[in-house]
Amino acid sequence: MKAVFTYDNNRLTIALSGELDHHGARDIMDKIMNKIDDTLPRDCHIDMGKVSFMDSSGIAIVLKAYKKVNAIGGRLWVENVQKQPMHVFDAAGIDRIIGISATV
Amino acid sequence: MKEINKMKLEFPSNSVNERFARSAVAGFISQLDPTLEEVGDIKTLVSEAVTNCIVHAYPNEIGRILLKVSIYEKNLVEIIVRDYGKGIEDIEKAREPMFTTGGDERSGMGFTIMESFTDSLKVKSTPGKGTTVSMKVKLSQRVRLR
Repeated sequence: MKAVFTYDNNRLTIALSGELDHHGARDIMDKIMNKIDDTLPRDCHIDMGKVSFMDSSGIAIVLKAYKKVNAIGGRLWVENVQKQPMHVFDAAGIDRIIGISATV
Repeated sequence: MKEINKMKLEFPSNSVNERFARSAVAGFISQLDPTLEEVGDIKTLVSEAVTNCIVHAYPNEIGRILLKVSIYEKNLVEIIVRDYGKGIEDIEKAREPMFTTGGDERSGMGFTIMESFTDSLKVKSTPGKGTTVSMKVKLSQRVRLR
């Protein structure tokens, strides 16, 4: 599990790649939270185009990041989600809270 | 129900084994020629159940996890994940959406997802003795097994 961050003009993009399970989430959870703290973004994108597998550990990461960004008045959304992770988001009903869009 | 094939694995509750467990099950069920979506669902189920053992059954130790998969007639797959750890005090509560004892690193959605992706989900637990999760999934019949 890898996270690559780009920050420009109040916009933080977090590009995740690999398999997002509990093992992978432990590696990147703190990095993501620290980056949000450092940059205080107005817009935060999580790009999941390269996440080939995700379980409920991914939901925890997205929710935690969402709460943090929301608390500083920013917006967060998740994009480029592949089929399997999208099925997990759908089963949990996360799209009722956070904007999530599928890969095109 | 006639059992056609089965496998059994045992491994320690190291989180690095989550990926191994779901890949092994995906490999085993490949003989049923599942769709990509079905493989994704099965891998998710294994990942959720094994993660529960790692996080909740053995919070402060490394313990044994037993994973059994059986294939029955008509493409029915049964996955059993068993641990010998802490056990669950209140199974009803544990199955509620958003409920977790795992802090904000866990979403509390594991059982909700398992229920959504299975045709049947059974959880048996004895505090202090361990937990057994049994999941049944019926795959589409694209090919008939000999």
